Amino acid sequence: MVKQEIKFACGLTFKNPVLTASGTFGYGHEFEDLIDLNRLGGIIVKGTTLEPREGNPYPRMAETPSGMLNAVGLQNKGVDYFIDSIYPTIKDLKTALIVNVSGRSIDDYVGVTEKLTDLDKIVAIEVNISCPNVKQGGMSFGTTCEGASEITREIRRKWDRAMIVKLTPNVTDIVSIAKAVETEGADAVSMVNTFLGMAIDVERQEPLLSTITGGLSGPAIRPIAVRMVWQTAKAISIPVIGLGGIMNGRDALEFILAGASAIQVGTANFVNPHVTMEIVDYIEDYCRRKGVSDITQLVGAINH
Amino acid sequence: MKKLVNMEILENVSISPSVNLLSMRPLENGLLPLMQPGQFANIEIDCKDVFLRRPISICDYIPARNIVKFAVRRAGKGTEFLASSKVGSILNILLPLGNGFTLPGESGCNILLIGGGVGSAPLLLLAKWLKSLDVSFEILLGAKTADEVILKDEFDALAHVHVSTDDGSLGSQGYVHFNPVLQNGEWNQLYVCGPMPMMRAVSQLAREKNIACQVSLENKMACGMGACLCCVEDTIKGNRCTCVDGPVFDINSLKW
Repeated sequence: MVKQEIKFACGLTFKNPVLTASGTFGYGHEFEDLIDLNRLGGIIVKGTTLEPREGNPYPRMAETPSGMLNAVGLQNKGVDYFIDSIYPTIKDLKTALIVNVSGRSIDDYVGVTEKLTDLDKIVAIEVNISCPNVKQGGMSFGTTCEGASEITREIRRKWDRAMIVKLTPNVTDIVSIAKAVETEGADAVSMVNTFLGMAIDVERQEPLLSTITGGLSGPAIRPIAVRMVWQTAKAISIPVIGLGGIMNGRDALEFILAGASAIQVGTANFVNPHVTMEIVDYIEDYCRRKGVSDITQLVGAINH
Repeated sequence: MKKLVNMEILENVSISPSVNLLSMRPLENGLLPLMQPGQFANIEIDCKDVFLRRPISICDYIPARNIVKFAVRRAGKGTEFLASSKVGSILNILLPLGNGFTLPGESGCNILLIGGGVGSAPLLLLAKWLKSLDVSFEILLGAKTADEVILKDEFDALAHVHVSTDDGSLGSQGYVHFNPVLQNGEWNQLYVCGPMPMMRAVSQLAREKNIACQVSLENKMACGMGACLCCVEDTIKGNRCTCVDGPVFDINSLKW
């Protein structure tokens, strides 16, 4: 039996390193016909804001080579709806439940966080300072060390459980942002959110997204994400949760070997709704094949 | 309940210059989940340059033979891959997805099914269901030319079929919404699937004449199951996913 359990220094524990990325897995219900949700390391529910949001107008998705652009814009029914209507239906799942917290202002983020404190089964929040599809807030907090520090500090005051900060790759030096949030008390970072991109219908000579630009995800971004995880993991002491174009177990191990303590599966859920289960099984087989008894032995274990 | 099923292509028949009809059966043992008219499947595409699944409406479903059929129009690389798949090849299919057509609650209702091009496909299963429920109805098929009218023989076997073609090569000349059957008939319920301009034109007519009308949308989708929130339609209740709140909508819930 291979030990897949992951335990962060802050106490946050996952039964395995396979989590689902915010905004790609709904609230889990959407997948319950197809997979055993209790076999997941964790579910990160979609970006939740203080007030309901309609998101951006259609069209807000474009398929691209080995990936897709999205400009959903944090459509969600707001934190109160989550608390009243969603939480009771997921709280008894035997997997770690994490809420992705988003907003326009620091007050918004803090407001959502305060409302979540009564929900015992939410083991962590993931602070989204990396959404490229909203006009205010989102990525704007994540592109400077000052912005990332300030929001981390303010939320830290209100939240004593695990706090993950989700970083944007649309920066010159992601390592410095990671260090800034570590200094302010983040327990882990998740990286990377989508890359700002754009696609054009050349016949109509129009952008394919209503917002013109959107976030690129899928295997097209994976090598860049792996590189960023590798650079960051060796520079900070808190754990890194890696994501960006993971399509199978091999890809997940690439992130773990680069230094990620856990991984998130996002866009791949759209292409293969079974992918998370396949990754859990693949890691088990891989560890056996390599004579590894504990997955944590592989974190950052590349030979170079 | 939706399932992810590996299915084998039993037949692949060209039914118009641009549309192929694929008959499929699960590779593994086990019955297909129950499917309703207007629901769709999200089909994995194993070819270069295509990343996402392709949503295709369920054209026919034969529970006794555990078979489902899809009419696929060659519109791009993904559908080209599907339409040219060989008999015996295996496709990974997520089905059934979405909400289908709502059947009429009372009898004595004058029902017209209106299909445009490949949009006629999901109306075949609807027509079979209506027939099996002893509900009377008629069918109006539209296409650019006679050879692009699909499934006419199958519809003929179920109800009275009217046709409109843009060039007049079969039935009335002109768009379906100008067909005298629609313009002059005393209809209470329309079920419509076809190109967006055609559905909008029919909806406008339905509103003017106060006829109940359901349309099946085909907004661009990724997951097909309500997780990504990409395929939204701007409805009177705000953005709603075409994949789980549709693809069939009552026109009164739409803003057009």
